[in-house]
Amino acid sequence: MTAPAVLPARGLADRLTALFWRHPRVLLSLLLAPPLLWLGVVYLGSLAALLLQSFYSIDEFSGVVKEEFTLKTYAELFRAQNLDIILRTVLMSAAVTLGCALIAFPIAYYAARFAKGRWKAVFYLGVMLPLWSSYLVKVYAWKLILAKEGIITWAADALHLSMVLNAILSIPGIGGNSLSTSWIGTFLVFVYIWLPYMILPMQAALERVPSSMLEASADLGASRAQTFRTVVFPLAMPGIIAGSIFTFSLTMGDYIIPQIVGTSARFIGLAVYQLQGTAGNIPLAAAFAVVPIVIMLVYLTVAKRMGAFDAL
Amino acid sequence: MTARQIAKQLSTATLALLTGLSPALAQMTAVGEGEGELSIVAWAGYIERGETDKAYDWVTKFEESTGCKVTVKTANTSDEMVALMNEGGFDLVTASGDASLRLIAGGRVQEINKDLIPSWSTIDPRLQDAPWHTVDGKHYGVPYMWGPNVLMYNTELFKEPPTSWNVVFEKMDLPDGKSNEGRVQAYDGPIHIADAAQYLMFHKPELGIKSPYELNEDQYKAALDLLRGQRQLVSRYWHDAFIQIDDFKNEGVVASGSWPFQVNLLKADGQPVASTIPQEGATGWADTTMLHVDSKHPNCAYKWFDHQLSSNLQSDLSVWFGAVPSVPAACTDGRGMQTAEGCTANGLDDFDKIRFWTTPVSNCSLGEGACVPYYRWVSDYIGVIGGR
Repeated sequence: MTAPAVLPARGLADRLTALFWRHPRVLLSLLLAPPLLWLGVVYLGSLAALLLQSFYSIDEFSGVVKEEFTLKTYAELFRAQNLDIILRTVLMSAAVTLGCALIAFPIAYYAARFAKGRWKAVFYLGVMLPLWSSYLVKVYAWKLILAKEGIITWAADALHLSMVLNAILSIPGIGGNSLSTSWIGTFLVFVYIWLPYMILPMQAALERVPSSMLEASADLGASRAQTFRTVVFPLAMPGIIAGSIFTFSLTMGDYIIPQIVGTSARFIGLAVYQLQGTAGNIPLAAAFAVVPIVIMLVYLTVAKRMGAFDAL
Repeated sequence: MTARQIAKQLSTATLALLTGLSPALAQMTAVGEGEGELSIVAWAGYIERGETDKAYDWVTKFEESTGCKVTVKTANTSDEMVALMNEGGFDLVTASGDASLRLIAGGRVQEINKDLIPSWSTIDPRLQDAPWHTVDGKHYGVPYMWGPNVLMYNTELFKEPPTSWNVVFEKMDLPDGKSNEGRVQAYDGPIHIADAAQYLMFHKPELGIKSPYELNEDQYKAALDLLRGQRQLVSRYWHDAFIQIDDFKNEGVVASGSWPFQVNLLKADGQPVASTIPQEGATGWADTTMLHVDSKHPNCAYKWFDHQLSSNLQSDLSVWFGAVPSVPAACTDGRGMQTAEGCTANGLDDFDKIRFWTTPVSNCSLGEGACVPYYRWVSDYIGVIGGR
């Protein structure tokens, strides 16, 4: 009788290692499960819950949500005052995006092509620095800056430029009693707050334009303007579009700026905030929240056509 | 199905029914030990623990004597209060009349056993059975504070108090000869339609408005038209007391409907403001503390009910907020800082001039479905502010 060969008992870790070695897929699925659960349940799940809410309606007196399927809430979106809100928000988002792009391009261009060494760091810091302070503090500060008795009015008075300021404020539609209570004020604050999100992707795109192409363009006799129009700008386009996705969607969802600076007229974000928090009308708030999602899907489709994601 | 199974199912069903309904049915019969916590949804400035100003504290002593730790969630509008109570997780709410009936109809608050509140009898008799917290003879809350929505104005510009609300409703020149455009404000809540209706009650009697909260289609339309005109005068509506304070300081606003709270804070800051109740009268609020139907801390809540009536709260809060105590004795018996003159200044004698906030409903005293209900006030006021 021979004694059986005795192998040392294998511990749990050993056995797990063996399992993972024999079935690599097990390890992969174990590693992927938590982030996928997060994405699927917490992220998409809450979106689905939101969508579901938008098909409910509200009892008009007690304000309690009736959990029955109906399209009534979506029909309410098409009331004139609600369409106003949507149109107003889209126009403001478009204006802010355009404003950001115009201001950001020269800055990004300089930072990407001309700033060297330490100056480059200074540019990055300068762009990022505002992002490190509290959003609310910045908005309240702007309320004071733009106020009727604020520093801009004061400076305009001191420089005898009140005429100019008043002329700007008397533009019908976007003017108002003071910068802080006009559309211009809301626009300025939006542009200030979201500008870094436009500069950074633009700068990244411009940095990727190879200088050999610019030299080739010059060798072939193109003027500076031609080079810019036919080489630099098209190559930077993906960056501009990436930046515009940020500014457009961030403006469309914001509810704090129009509450503090502006004419009190509602934006989508503000309407959602007030309908769910103030009026308890969660179904209509959810329906409103679906609007930016739809608009952004359209926007992203167009952006994809224009090649914004080709570099991904 | 055997008899036993049926019996089992029945008992489960009964149990489910009982547990489901019991909070709504059970009215407290005795106040026991406190549960250690109490969460209150309140207007800004209503629950003070000496942190804004050391002299105003009516929470610390309550916490010390009952062991109930008070947490506060402030709300800016009545609609926000209803929404918070619908969400749940709170014990008490200081609901105004335009929220209280909605809370009762929605089954969000429970009936109060007033026999468990020793100080109930000290409440102003005009408030004890007020219709905004009493339904079918059942009490759903304990009166907290009441007061008028005053007209706040800049005293440097108005040497005499304005006698009419027209300074905020009609385009006109103010005493300094300049237009009121962009220099007046209005409240960013649908209930402001009632202020417009009250103004019309006085100036257009031919409309036949009996109550600013019960408007038929024609009267409602007239009120909205008045508000559309007001939109041309108002650069920004106020809904946050502190933003209004800032607008009076930095935005050149000289007149607006407001609460005594802002008036007192601005005065304390040395700003030239005062308040008045013009000839048309004023709307007002009468707040009631109500207990959530699923409250986890009912004993603490009942202790608070008595505390709010018997402690320094009524007196000191009435000074702090510029409101009128629900317990008239608090004006005179020296339990806090308030005096008889102070109560008169805050509107104690104006009770009959004030039309208290109530929720507009379609079945009103004009008939079944004769009045424009509140949800239309909400959506139409959003339209008016949007310039429509």
